[in-house]
Amino acid sequence: MPTDTMTTVMPIEIAQRSERTRLPTKLEPVFEISALSVSYGSTPAIREVTFDIGRNMVTAIIGPSGCGKSTFIRVLNRMNDLVPSARVSGKVLYHGEDLYRPRVDPVQVRRRIGMVFQKPNPFPKSIFDNVAWGLRVLGMKDDLKGRVERALEQAALWDDVKDRLKKSALGLSGGQQQRLCIARALAVEPDVLLMDEPASALDPIATSRIEDLMHELKQNYTIVVVTHNMQQAARVADMTAFFGIEVLPDKSRTGVLVEYDETQKIFTQPSDERTEGYVTGRFG
Amino acid sequence: MPSELRPGRRLGSRVGDVTLFAVTGACGLAAVALVVAIAYKVVDGSTLAFSTFGLQFLVEQVWDPVKGEFGALSFIYGTAVTSLIALLIATPLSIGIALYLTELAPRFLRDTIGALVEMLAAIPSVILGLWGILVLGPFMKDHLEPFLQSFLGWLPAFSDTPNAQGILPAAVVLTIMTVPIVASVSRELFQSVPPELKDGALALGATRWEMVRGVTLHYTRPGLAAAVILGLGRALGEAIAVTQVIGGQVGIPRSLFGLGDTMASRIAAQYQGAVSNVQVSSLFYLAAILLAFSLVVNVIAQLIVRRFEFQHTGGS
Amino acid sequence: MAADDEAQGLFVVDGRLRRRRIVNRVMEALATLAALVAVALLVIVVVSVVKNGWDALSVSFFTETPTFSALGESGGGIANSIVGSLILVTLATLFALPVGVLTAIYVSELAPRSVANVIRLALDVTNGLPTIVVGIFVFSAIVISRGQSALAGSFALAIIALPLIARSTQEVLRLVPPSLREAGLALGAPRWRTILGVVLPTSMGGILTGTTLAIARIAGETAPLLFTTSLAAMTVMWDPRDPVQSMPLTIFQYIEQPDPSYHAKAWATGAVLLAFVLVLSLCSKFFLARSRRRLSG
Repeated sequence: MPTDTMTTVMPIEIAQRSERTRLPTKLEPVFEISALSVSYGSTPAIREVTFDIGRNMVTAIIGPSGCGKSTFIRVLNRMNDLVPSARVSGKVLYHGEDLYRPRVDPVQVRRRIGMVFQKPNPFPKSIFDNVAWGLRVLGMKDDLKGRVERALEQAALWDDVKDRLKKSALGLSGGQQQRLCIARALAVEPDVLLMDEPASALDPIATSRIEDLMHELKQNYTIVVVTHNMQQAARVADMTAFFGIEVLPDKSRTGVLVEYDETQKIFTQPSDERTEGYVTGRFG
Repeated sequence: MPSELRPGRRLGSRVGDVTLFAVTGACGLAAVALVVAIAYKVVDGSTLAFSTFGLQFLVEQVWDPVKGEFGALSFIYGTAVTSLIALLIATPLSIGIALYLTELAPRFLRDTIGALVEMLAAIPSVILGLWGILVLGPFMKDHLEPFLQSFLGWLPAFSDTPNAQGILPAAVVLTIMTVPIVASVSRELFQSVPPELKDGALALGATRWEMVRGVTLHYTRPGLAAAVILGLGRALGEAIAVTQVIGGQVGIPRSLFGLGDTMASRIAAQYQGAVSNVQVSSLFYLAAILLAFSLVVNVIAQLIVRRFEFQHTGGS
Repeated sequence: MAADDEAQGLFVVDGRLRRRRIVNRVMEALATLAALVAVALLVIVVVSVVKNGWDALSVSFFTETPTFSALGESGGGIANSIVGSLILVTLATLFALPVGVLTAIYVSELAPRSVANVIRLALDVTNGLPTIVVGIFVFSAIVISRGQSALAGSFALAIIALPLIARSTQEVLRLVPPSLREAGLALGAPRWRTILGVVLPTSMGGILTGTTLAIARIAGETAPLLFTTSLAAMTVMWDPRDPVQSMPLTIFQYIEQPDPSYHAKAWATGAVLLAFVLVLSLCSKFFLARSRRRLSG
C-alpha cells in the first residue's frame, strides 16, 4: 500500500515515478505528465501534477470547484497558450513527445488532441458546414461528404440530421448541438478527445446519450473528461483523477492531484482521506 | 390626512409630470419636425430648377451660369467615383485596423492605438483639405501618380498628366475621413464575437487567421456591411475637404488624375453667390439629390443593423 | 533549423502547414501595417499643421484682426475668427444642449415605444445628413429672408450637434440602474422629480462627455457656415444678428488666396483649431472614463 507522500514534492525523473501515478495495466500511456504546474501571472492554479493517462479509455478528472480541472485539461491541447498571463512548467509527454517543446506548433497539437466545451458552441453555419469547416481548413477535402457523414455517425447524430444538413446548426436542441460539436471535433481525426464538462449544460436524457457516446468512442479514441458530477464519473470513467485544493503558506490556493486510480477504487476504497471526504459528499 | 396624500400635493406632482411630458415631448416633436422641414425646404428650393430642367438635369453634364444651363451628371459621377474609391481602400484598411486592435495588439497598446485612430475622425475636414492641397497634392503629382502611371498607365484611368488636384487626391482625403468610422464600428463588432466560438475554431487546429476568417468575419458580416454603408454616407456628403482638392471642374474626366467635382463640393464652391435664381435653384436640386442619396444610405444601414440584431438573438 | 528536428515524431511540419503558417503571418503583418498606416496618417497631418503653422503663431496672431496690404499680403491676426467661432459654438450649444437632453429624456423615460422609435429614427437621419445640406436648409429658412447672421450659423451648427447630444444622453440614461428610479418613486417622489432630481444628476457625466464631443465636432465644421455666416466683416463682431467670421472659414478662404502669407496664416489657424478640437476630444475621454467609474463603482 503506497504511503502518503502527497505532502512532499514529486521528483521530476520519470524513473522515480510513484506506482500510484502509473497505470495499473500494462497499456501504453498517451500522456505522461510530470510535475506540471500552471499559474496565471502570480496566481497559482495547479501545482506539481504527475500522472499518466492511458489509451482507449475514459479518464475522469473530478474535484471541487477551483481545483484547476479546467486549467489542467487545457494544458493537454495547449489552449492555455491563448491566455497571455499563463505560465506552464513541468513536462507533458504525448506519445513520448514533449508537447511544449519550442518547435511544436499548437495548431498541430490541437488537430490531434480535440476538445469539446461545456457550453455547446456550434458555428452559426449549416450542420454540414460545421463539420466540414475543420476539414476544409486542414485540407482534408477528399470525400468531404463521406467524412462528414462518418463523423456524424460516430457522434450518433447522423440519423437525426441526415435530411437537413443544410439547415442552420442553431436550430438543433442543446444535446444535438453538443453531439454536433463532438462530430466536428472527430471529423479532423484526432487521437484524443478532451471534454470539459460536456453535459453540464444539458438535460438528463441528453446527458445520458453523451455518456453512452463516451463508451462507444473510447474504442477508437482516448477520452479525458472533466466533470463536477461524481455519479457521472462513476458511470463512464475507467480511471479517475481527484484534484483537491491546497492552501499554500502565503494563503493562496492551488490545485493538486490528490489521488489517481481505477474509478472503482476511488469511489469504494479511496486511499486518501481527502478523496474519501469528497466522494462521500462530506465536503466540496 | 397625511401631508403626502393631501390633494394639493398630488395636484402639484401631477402638474409636474404633465409639464415634463409636454416639454420633452415638444422637443421630441421638434426633432422630427426638423427632418421634415429640412426635406421640405430643400425640395421646395429646387422647384424652379426642376420645372426648368425636369429629370433631364440628372443626365446633363453642363454647368453654365452664363447660359443658364445646369446639369448634375458630372457631379453624380464625381460623387460616385470618389466615394467608391474611398470605400475600396478604406474597407480593408479599417477591417485590418479593427482586427489588429482586437486580436493582435498587446493589452497596453490597445486603448492607445484605438484612441489615436478615433482622433483621426476628430480632425476637421477643412484642415484635411488644407493638408490635402498643400502637402498631399504635390506629393501625388510628383510621386504617387507618376508611380501608378508607370505600371498602370495603359489603363485609361491612369492616363493623362498627373495633377496636384483631382479625383484621386479627393478620394484619398475621403478615405482618411471614412476609415475611423468603419474601423471603430468594426472593432465593436469584432469584440462582440462570443469567445467560445473562437475557442471552438482554434481547438480544431485552425491558425488565428483561419479562425478570424471562418468565425469572426463570418459572424459579423451584416454588421460590417452596415459599417461600410455608414462610411459611404460620410463620403457622399463631404463637401469641404473635397472641394479644396478636387479642382472644381465640370465634366467627366477620363482619368483618375483629372479634375472633377462632386455634388456636395459643387454646392460648397458656389457659396459666394449665384448669378441667377435658376442657378440657386439648381444648387437646391443638387442638395435634394444628395439628400435622397443620404437618406437611402442611412435607411439601408439601419435595416441591416436591425436584421443583424434579430439574427443573433432569435435563431434562424 | 535542422530539417530532421522538425520532422521527427508526430508533429511533422508538412508543406500544407507551412503554407498555412505563412498565410497567417502575412495576414497578421497586414493588419499591423493597417494600424501603423492609420497612426502614421494622424501623425503626418498633425505634424504638418504644427510645423507649417508654427512661425505665424504669435501673441498678435490671437489679438489682432486681419489687415490687407496693397501688395496682396496678409497681416494681422485672426482675433475676429476666434471670437466668432466662440460665439457660434456657444450659441449652438445653448440651443442644442437643452433640446437634446430633453428629447433624450422623452425618448428614454416617457415616450411610448412607437413614438420613441420614430424620434430615434429622425435623430439618426439628422445625424447622417451632409452638413452642406444643413447649411442650405438654414439658408432657405432664415438667410434668404433675414440675411446672414451668427444666429443662422449657430442654428445650423445646433442641428448638427442635436443628434450627438441626444444620443449620448440616451446611452447614459440607459445605464442608470432601474433600482435608482425605483428608490426615488418608492420615497413618494413624483415621476418628474425622480427624473430631474435623481436620474438626470446621475447622468451628468455622460451628458458632459457627449456635449464636449459635440462641441469638438461643430467647432471644426465649415460647410454649415458657408451660406449662413460667411460674409462677415474683418473686425470683431459681437452682435449675433450680424454674420461673424470663424476659424474654419478663415482657413477655407485663406487657402484660396495666391499669396503664401495667407497660406501660412491658414496653417496657423489650423493649428489653433486642431489644438482646440484635440484637447476637447481628450477631455471627453477623460469625462467618459470618470463617469463610467462613477456609475459602476
